[in-house]
Parts: sequence; structure tokens; C-alpha cells
Amino acid sequence: MEACRLVATDLACRRGERLLFRGVSLRLGAGSALQVTGANGIGKSSLLRILAGLLRPFAGEVTRQGSVALLDERPALDEHRPLGQALKFWTRIDAGEGAPLALMGLAELGEVPVRYLSTGQRKRAAIARMMGQQAPIWLLDEPLNGLDSAAAAWFEGLVEQHCQRGGIAIIASHQKFALAGLASLPLSQFQAARVE
Amino acid sequence: MRPLAAIFARDLALLMPGGGRGGSLLALLFFLAVAMLYPFAVGPQPDLLARTGGGVIWIAALLAAILPLDRLLAPDLENGLFDQWALRGIAEEAIVAVRLLAHWLSFGPPLMLAALPASALLGIDGRTLRLVELGLLAGTPGLAAIGLIIAALTVGLRAGAALSGLLLIPLAVPLLIFGAGSLSTGGASGLALTAAISLLLVAIAPFAGGAAIRAAREG
Repeated sequence: MEACRLVATDLACRRGERLLFRGVSLRLGAGSALQVTGANGIGKSSLLRILAGLLRPFAGEVTRQGSVALLDERPALDEHRPLGQALKFWTRIDAGEGAPLALMGLAELGEVPVRYLSTGQRKRAAIARMMGQQAPIWLLDEPLNGLDSAAAAWFEGLVEQHCQRGGIAIIASHQKFALAGLASLPLSQFQAARVE
Repeated sequence: MRPLAAIFARDLALLMPGGGRGGSLLALLFFLAVAMLYPFAVGPQPDLLARTGGGVIWIAALLAAILPLDRLLAPDLENGLFDQWALRGIAEEAIVAVRLLAHWLSFGPPLMLAALPASALLGIDGRTLRLVELGLLAGTPGLAAIGLIIAALTVGLRAGAALSGLLLIPLAVPLLIFGAGSLSTGGASGLALTAAISLLLVAIAPFAGGAAIRAAREG
């Protein structure tokens, strides 16, 4: 796996009139995992989007080494296309082999249009898309949402393997995520007052 | 280039008549419906229809260009595709340029084809039909570019679909003036000006569209 590093210094995030958090710093090297915790609306997803480079921070800066994969509530798969084709589109873009569908219990769903998939199946499809990207940095926004307990345990194992191979994982979730050596970042400590 | 080729193939499959988003088929049927309704409204005098028919085709083309706009970019932004492309370092400008080509291919040539039965319905003569076809060839890239810019600007708005129609009409006026104007003057200068406006719009569209999509992501 390519070398990876993720450093953020003194991040602040402002959404509309509200300063969601400020002073968030983190430093992650190969093989490390971090869970961002906090109540709904505290800015977990925004922090992940800032780390991914999709949102500009109000203050602070992010340095990334290595490519980034993002898993959130949107699968980024064409709704009316059969799952196999929708995933193949990303395989072509990532120029990889794609993720093994049988591994995720998606093998028999290849011909089913994405819009007919259940919430859990969609999530697994999105995980397949993310794995096919072969990126060392995984940003996971509520990754266990919609997964049944067996699939959740399987996914926790997957993240563990990813970290063992030298990847980075950041998990934004209010749920418990079982992973050895998982550091925790409670976002409530960085909550900021209203901008006047 | 490889990712862009994959994106182009997908866009084309989505946008072509009968593709997943089917928007351009609706636009074509709408275009033909306008051409069909016009003789009912103004009466069947052949000389009147032949004289005004070319202009009607232009107006129908302009209105048909509004229909696919709300499906052009918004579903991809909502579904997170643009975020995933950004993570892979694919510039929004390149994506919009590819989308413009796919959108025009799904809209311009089929419209020129549909102009043939439309001209038969309106009883247009061969000379006018030639000018209409050349005008559409010169003007539809510009219409597609305006449409894409507007789709990008309204992508995050809730009333985007209604607004895009209102926005497209004034922006398309120059194309209409020179494109439909060439019918009465019969000269190549009108067509050349239409093509020049189209070229300018096509050159601007990727940058304007890319900036609008980035702004929508921040919002």
C-alpha cells in the first residue's frame, strides 16, 4: 500500500452562521485509526469532508499524503443501472480489478438495478466501490448505518485489515465501532460559541 | 484520459434518447408536438406556414432545450458522484466539458433529425429547410452550453427546474436572433454569427460550470 499520512492543524468549521467546532488538530500515520464521536449535528460529517478536501475549513489546514476514499450515505452509483454495471464504471475509472462482489454477498445482485437494493445492500455496494479504489486513507461517515450485525462485524474486520496493511481509517460515528487500537476524538470538546 | 473516457461513455448512455435519464427523448417529442400544434393554432394556409415555419422550429428547439436541464447535473451531485470524482483528482471543468459533448450529441443531432418531419408538418420549402438545419447545427452547441451552465448554477436550488427555464430564454436570445434571422436574409453571415456565439459559449461552459459545481458543494 502506498505511504500515507494525514495531518490537520487547528481546524475550524463554519456552516452558515454557526461555528461548529474549532481548534481540531490530528496527526495520523500509517496503520492508525481514529473515531470521531459526538451528537448529531456537531460537525462529524463536515470534519470528514474537510479532511477529504471537499469542504474548505474556516480556519486551519489539512495535509494529506496518499489518496482518499470517502464512504458516506450516498453510494455514488447510478440508480437505474444494474449494480454490476454501476460498480464497473468505478472500476474503469480507478483502473483496478474492482472489489470481489462474492465477498460482500453482492454476487447474485449484479443484475439488479441499484434503486431496488435495500439500505444494507446499498451500503455494501458503496463499500465495494470504496475498496475498489485502493486508497490508503479511508474516511468513513457512519459506516455501520443500515448494516445488520453480521455485516457490521465483517466491516469492522475489513477496517482492521486495512489498518494492518498500513492504511489510515477515520470513522465518524456516534455508534460503537469495535476495532483494536482505535483512538477517539470527541468533537464536543471543540464545540465553539456562536459567531456574533 | 481513461477516467474521462469512462465518464463520457456513461454520460452518453444516460443522456441519449432511451437512456437511463431519457430526458432528450422527451425534449424531441415536445419539439415535434410544438411543430404539430402550430398549424392548428394559426390555421392551415400554406403560405403563412411556409413563411413562419422556420421561426417556429427555432422557438420549439429553444423551448425543448429547457426540458432536460434539471436532470443534467443535479442527480450526480445529490448522489455523491461529483464528490467521488473530486477525490480522484478529476477536475470539474473536465467533467463538465465531457458532459457538454454528451449532452449536445444527445440533443443536437436528434433535433436536426426531428426538424425534417417538423418541416414537413409546416410545409417549409427546401431552401428554408437547409437554412434551418445549418442554423441548428451552428446553434445547438450554444444552446447545449447555455443549458449546462444554467444546470450547474441552479444545481443546489430547490426551485432549480422552474428557474432554469426562465434563465435560459434571455441567454438564448442572441442565438435565436442570428439563427432564425438567417432565414429571412438567407445569407451565411447570420449562420456564421450563430456559430461564433456557440463557440464562445462552448468555450466558457466548462469553466463556468465547474466553478458553479464547486460552489454548490461548499453550500
